[in-house]
Amino acid sequence: MIITVNGDNVSLTKELSLAELIAFLQLDQPDYVTLLVNDRLIYPSEHKSTYVKDGDTVEYLYYMGGGQA
Amino acid sequence: MAIYLTQYDYDAIIEHAKQEAPLEACGLLGGEYRDSDAIVRRVYFLKNTDRSAEHFSMDPREQFGAVRNMREHGWKLLGNFHSHPATPARPSEEDKRLAFDGTLRYLILSLKAAQPVLKSFRIKDGEATEEELQII
Repeated sequence: MIITVNGDNVSLTKELSLAELIAFLQLDQPDYVTLLVNDRLIYPSEHKSTYVKDGDTVEYLYYMGGGQA
Repeated sequence: MAIYLTQYDYDAIIEHAKQEAPLEACGLLGGEYRDSDAIVRRVYFLKNTDRSAEHFSMDPREQFGAVRNMREHGWKLLGNFHSHPATPARPSEEDKRLAFDGTLRYLILSLKAAQPVLKSFRIKDGEATEEELQII
């Protein structure tokens, strides 16, 4: 199956949970990754229970924050 | 290695940060790479969802929107910026701890002195290295 990740086609052999997809993509710090699946914002607490299917559009980014303290 | 920012965008970042002060201001930088240099083509001003004078968090939906706009223009996410209203332009421990992408530039604007100071850093594995920032 083919999904789109950050604008690029990615081939998968089976449906994956977002947690599995993050591991597949070798993303560090999964707790700080936010995903958008078919325009729906998915927070880290939903990564294990949300699956991607053929044709899905996935975007991811890292939490960006900090401070002067 | 350097990052290039137009005078217009430089002034806009300072103006935005002054308007947001005493809260921290933040945003993203989209543009192109030329060899090892980064050329900023657009600055995206994002909400600081923390609404804090000492912390910032970007709104994920605004982040996705900005990155999508960059992709439409054929640009890359080059980095981000945030302001330090009352401290120097150097990464705090929190800035370093929360810098997850070693490929990005992290610009910090200090409003502590009368003359604002903007610096660019690469942060990898908790270590910050200043890099050249050219205003063009």
